[in-house]
Amino acid sequence: MAYSFPEEVLEHVFSFINSDKDRNAVSLVCKSWYEIERWCRRRIFVGNCYAVSPRIMIRRFPEVRSVELKGKPHFADFNLVPEDWGGYVYPWIAAMSRAYPWLEEIRLKRMVVTDEALELISKSFRNFKVLVLSTCEGFSTDGLAAIASNCKHLRELDLRESEVDDISGHWLSHFPDTCTSLVSLNIACLVSELSCSVLERLVARSPNLRTLRLNRAVPLEKLPNILRRAPQLVELGTGAYSTELRSDIFSNLAEAFSGCKELKGLSGFWDVVPAYLPAIYSVCAGLTSLNLSYATIQCPDLIKLVSQCHNLQRLWVLDYIEDSGLDALAASCKDLQELRVFPSDPFGAGPNVSLTEQGLVSVSEGCPKLQSVLFFCRQMTNAALVTIARNRPNLIRFRLCIIDAQAPDYLTLQPLDTGFGAIVQNCKELRRLSLSGLLTDRVFEYIGSHGKKLEMLSIAFAGDSDLGLHHVLSGCESLRKLEIRDSPFGDKALLANAAKLETMRSLWMSSCSVSFGACKLLGRKLPGLNVEVIDERGPPDLRPESSPVEKLYIYRTVAGPRFDMPGFVWRMNEDQAWRLS
Amino acid sequence: MEGYSTEQEACPQLLDLIPKEREWLVKREERSHGVSEEKKLELRLGPPGEHWTIKDCSRDNSGERDESLLTLGCFSNMSSMTHNANTSGAKRGFIDTVDHKTIEGTWIMNNKGGQTQKFSSSESPWASSGYQVKTQQQNHQTRAPYPQYQSTPQGQPVTARESSQPCCTKVVDLQNAEKKTFSPASANTAVPNSSQKRSAPTPVVGWPPIRSFRKNLASSSSLKPSPESEKVVPNKASNEKPIETSRKGLFVKINMDGVPIGRKVDLKAYDCYEKLYSAVDELFRGLLAAQSDSSADGMKNKEEGEKPITGLLDGSGEYTLVYQDNEGDRMLVGDVPWHMFVSTVKRLRVLKSSELPTLCLGSKQEKLTPDAS
Repeated sequence: MAYSFPEEVLEHVFSFINSDKDRNAVSLVCKSWYEIERWCRRRIFVGNCYAVSPRIMIRRFPEVRSVELKGKPHFADFNLVPEDWGGYVYPWIAAMSRAYPWLEEIRLKRMVVTDEALELISKSFRNFKVLVLSTCEGFSTDGLAAIASNCKHLRELDLRESEVDDISGHWLSHFPDTCTSLVSLNIACLVSELSCSVLERLVARSPNLRTLRLNRAVPLEKLPNILRRAPQLVELGTGAYSTELRSDIFSNLAEAFSGCKELKGLSGFWDVVPAYLPAIYSVCAGLTSLNLSYATIQCPDLIKLVSQCHNLQRLWVLDYIEDSGLDALAASCKDLQELRVFPSDPFGAGPNVSLTEQGLVSVSEGCPKLQSVLFFCRQMTNAALVTIARNRPNLIRFRLCIIDAQAPDYLTLQPLDTGFGAIVQNCKELRRLSLSGLLTDRVFEYIGSHGKKLEMLSIAFAGDSDLGLHHVLSGCESLRKLEIRDSPFGDKALLANAAKLETMRSLWMSSCSVSFGACKLLGRKLPGLNVEVIDERGPPDLRPESSPVEKLYIYRTVAGPRFDMPGFVWRMNEDQAWRLS
Repeated sequence: MEGYSTEQEACPQLLDLIPKEREWLVKREERSHGVSEEKKLELRLGPPGEHWTIKDCSRDNSGERDESLLTLGCFSNMSSMTHNANTSGAKRGFIDTVDHKTIEGTWIMNNKGGQTQKFSSSESPWASSGYQVKTQQQNHQTRAPYPQYQSTPQGQPVTARESSQPCCTKVVDLQNAEKKTFSPASANTAVPNSSQKRSAPTPVVGWPPIRSFRKNLASSSSLKPSPESEKVVPNKASNEKPIETSRKGLFVKINMDGVPIGRKVDLKAYDCYEKLYSAVDELFRGLLAAQSDSSADGMKNKEEGEKPITGLLDGSGEYTLVYQDNEGDRMLVGDVPWHMFVSTVKRLRVLKSSELPTLCLGSKQEKLTPDAS
């Protein structure tokens, strides 16, 4: 044994290593390191709940305190994954409730969480502190009531963008009077009215509350009282930001805001009445994050607001900001790192605001720290993309959605290959990319040869042939997640790069040209992958082998086939392949 | 259908594809020497002839399938529309040998050229607050021209917009209409009218990629400024609380006996029971058809499946629509005034009418009288 350190010392050293990647590397050094590391691993991240089973996780890591799990594929956000597809958390909770009595944190994304599961959480872990349900579904306010009543040390309850069966707002009163530990409460996704007095009392007895995101049902008149009870707030999500215009309400609100010296993030602003916006001007200078993506604030008011937020690092906004608002942003917010511009009328026939590629170009010129972009627009040019790429080689995430699928460069009528090519070529650190507009196989050639750090790629309505997909799979060596819809990619590229799939977390292809036969072949050749065909038209084996499957989801797993497949999902494994052939 | 399935049987086995792949890779090397040669080389990429025939055949297959399903209803429409929006598949059939992308290019240019500045102030989708309506309109009228795809013959965008909920035969019609006009002839002549049709919203599932809760927000804001209501909005005192219709969409789950897959409908997209019924009808007709289509006994059930779900309204048909209200009681749809229904409904279910009597429909038995509404 070359190592003379006692286990305790190594364990202490390992405790300073926080990144999952590094912990994984440590555990690969030798058997004794593996053994020491697994006993002192406290945090686990599982990027796909079907890639490993709870049993395997518990067997290897017996002393976990914090678990993060992800369920459905990303395209579930856009309704491409049928309901009842899976992603159920209950089996995990049940297993952990027996194995991890000291579990403190559960973070879930895109999972189906039942009230039963919430109840089990609330009763099984006596020191439970953090529950984050991001884009989850399947539970009601009854489950939340169980969490509120039973988790005595709860610090964080975050329901961001979850779809809750909102029976009533009464659950909030289940927080016992002794509950004083809340640090973060995000209930913005709920719709029911809450009792404001219950809310006020809860806020008042939570001296450590830093984040509070209210729902739309909390009226503006109630906000000042809440703010006065929590002047220490760092992040605030307002409720509905509208009421009748009265100067006393305004001054009350403005005064309450000015008392919140720590505020760094604001969101909410549903149904905003612009006349009330100046009430927040006093805190604007301190803001680093502003989410106005629910707020229908028009351009002139946005300009006034944004020009006062000199320290802004993150802005989410509707396209009402228009080009002139983005110009103002570029001029005043030099620290901006992340910009998301959402469409106010995505299904309209034409533009309803004057937002063009020019606005994004301005921001790329004016904001040197910009590294993350999500931009919905109606028109784009190669020239603009080239300029953006040259201005901001530091981009890490670039997601562009031109709303008309397959729109070319509107000036030259060329495909946008060159533009996106410039992005991957100039932005060496690019990790996430979403494509849109008219694209040929050539853009995938650029991506394959330059996108060496690309980890997640989203493709829609793009490419001409298998060659496109082949470039991506053979070239993007860091690729972990690939999602493709409505693109003419099929068997050849997939089969030629089958081994690549074992290095990736998942591949989603819907409305592409992958044949059922190829899916079967993949499932047979790669037993470490779950190859799942999703077809709502019925069993794919009743159609010809060569007919394309509706949806294909491939992921690597050490857990084997999943046991909760609904009737419209078929796993292509060996047995099935025999049976079908 | 039999016909082309046998045709496809004749295609080479998939196992053969991998060796071919190698060949293909080598050719790819050649390709990287010059882009100008791309076209020529691309033709050589596949095994001569046969592969691309397969491909086209599978495309046609999908196209054909879509065509046949167009009449069936919502879900099949979705898949078909994705293909339509792809401008490949079905359209390729119309264009024949002409490269479809080039056509699309000119098409869009025509669009720009022929654009009509029809930015009517009524379009502005704000006015949730009413404050900014005036100034915004002015802003827009003075702004530099942007392509406005607003004007379309027959006033179709309006219907299309109304029907941005995921099921509407009108949209399908629009698609068909688009295809009809979409011939090389119309693409070459700069007829703005025909080109503008393209921009009519194509309800492709999941495109643009916006999460449903944002869609709700968006639909609420785009609902507001319909031309009719435009005059009303300024009159609404701007300091009034936003009206109920500006609320976000109301998505409720809906399931049907015998269909394993649940769906969601946005009740805010309808304003009366009749529209809901026809939407539900379309929603499940396609699914039922697809199911019986693929069920073990083959296609003989198909016609049965295409039969509309009649009688949702009067309770005399094969199916009945019931819902679970906020108290958990199961009720018949159609008994209470629409707005009351909308404010209490939690979940919808389409039941076989034959199973109705055996059901205990909550505590409010008196509401079971099927002749209501």
